Amino acid sequence: MTRSVRRTRRTLQVAGAGAAALLALSACSSSGNSSGDSSSAKSDSTSSASASGKLSGTVTVFAAASLKESFTTLGKEFEKAHPGTKVTFSFGGSDALAASITGGAPADVFASASPQTMKIVTDAGAASGAPATFVRNQLEIATLPGNPDKVASLKDLTNSDLKVVLCDKAVPCGAAVQKALDASKLKLTPVSYEEDVKAALNKVVLKEADAAVVYKTDVKAAGDRVEGVDFPESADAVNDYPITLLKDAPNAGAAQAFIALVRSAEGQKVLNAAGFLKP
Amino acid sequence: MTGGPRRRRIRGSAPLPLLLPALIGLAFLVLPLVALLIRAPWRSMPDLLTSTEVWQALQLSLVCATAATAVSLVIGVPLAWLLARVEFPGRGIVRALVTLPLVLPPVVGGVALLMALGRNGVIGKWLDAWFGITLPFTTAGVVVAEAFVAMPFLVISVEGTLRAADPRYEEAATTLGASRFTAFRRVTLPLIAPGIAAGAVLAWARALGEFGATITFAGNFPGRTQTMPLAVYLALQSDPEAAIALSLVLLAVSIAVLAGLRDRWMTAS
Repeated sequence: MTRSVRRTRRTLQVAGAGAAALLALSACSSSGNSSGDSSSAKSDSTSSASASGKLSGTVTVFAAASLKESFTTLGKEFEKAHPGTKVTFSFGGSDALAASITGGAPADVFASASPQTMKIVTDAGAASGAPATFVRNQLEIATLPGNPDKVASLKDLTNSDLKVVLCDKAVPCGAAVQKALDASKLKLTPVSYEEDVKAALNKVVLKEADAAVVYKTDVKAAGDRVEGVDFPESADAVNDYPITLLKDAPNAGAAQAFIALVRSAEGQKVLNAAGFLKP
Repeated sequence: MTGGPRRRRIRGSAPLPLLLPALIGLAFLVLPLVALLIRAPWRSMPDLLTSTEVWQALQLSLVCATAATAVSLVIGVPLAWLLARVEFPGRGIVRALVTLPLVLPPVVGGVALLMALGRNGVIGKWLDAWFGITLPFTTAGVVVAEAFVAMPFLVISVEGTLRAADPRYEEAATTLGASRFTAFRRVTLPLIAPGIAAGAVLAWARALGEFGATITFAGNFPGRTQTMPLAVYLALQSDPEAAIALSLVLLAVSIAVLAGLRDRWMTAS
């Protein structure tokens, strides 16, 4: 008895999901195809046109960990502007995200923290059209609150009394730090090369390390748990953040609209407030 | 593990409903390792493996895993004895706490260690203030992280052996005038040596593969805290071929150790 009820419910669920998928497919064939190969500049108008139409379903966005706060805000704005849509995120290291996309993860949008990681996706032929740079991120030194060690420059971090953590060179923030160090001909020996930018920041938040070199946005997101110190060499190591629609996107129409929102003046306002620079 | 009803060996051909899932189980465990061999970049292998970073990481892994096993032996065997031989209130809870790191995600273990022994930690604060000792970012920190995760394997294994061993030998020794510690040293220890060896191997292998607690608590610095699993993980981000090569080294070392100690292992379990 209960089993049969459960079974009918499941059949209904499957049917519903199928119908939703069909709707989503038809939605993207009306809006997605027309803009799929065109330049990203044109996609703004396409998506705003389809916005008045029928966007629905779930948009799955894979985004760099540093975008967590701002993209979550943008996702909520998107859902409000397009009732019936839902934006789900997978935040993580850009490399790991790129690997799961090329491995066949069902995602609609990929926003990465560096062109190199985006290249993994475009080289595999998993992107639709050319990725567009939507923000840039600059490095900043994160110190303990109140800056007790009086760190004022990148050179101050070479003081061997200080426990400094950096990102590993294998991840974008580490590569950027290395670029800044090379440009200023400084040699810096950290106590640890952390596996991603948030791990490096957290060692300072937990007061295990005295300083870390992270992104400006991470310092901002940490609030008063760390203090940020700007350094001029960071201008030599600015990271571009590219975003792209994915070729096998299950919900391409709504995904286009989300990318448009990220790149719109409104989206830029949210991103700038988080500490990102204009592209 | 031990001490259950004596097993009878099943002879003859295995029934298909058992054989089939058994073979699937075997394939499930072995195939990923075979895939590692198939995808290995054999040609560039010599270059990848002769780099100083790899040797540093391998050396550090072996030294730290051995040190962590030594620490586990010194404090883990007495703990196992306490759990197996002494009746005290709350023994069940203590045993559950001891085995907790077995099921705890290693990252959680790393965070817990930071909270306890970090520079700003509950105990670490005083270690730093009184002795100037900080464990994070040091090789000693790696040993602590590995011992935290690996010691429960030793304790469980030794406790099981102790329960299976007949306590009357110890009692006989004490009635003949030996102190309890002498009885432990001269009678119990030789009696449970195979169990200790098995537990030590388990703990050593677990310590060698430890990743989450190490990277969380001890950080990652070549030659000081970068063990092989950390090197593999970070190589995977930029150079998957190198990661495969490093994984093979770790695999080879693990197989060599398990094969070398197989006899003791079998008698213990």
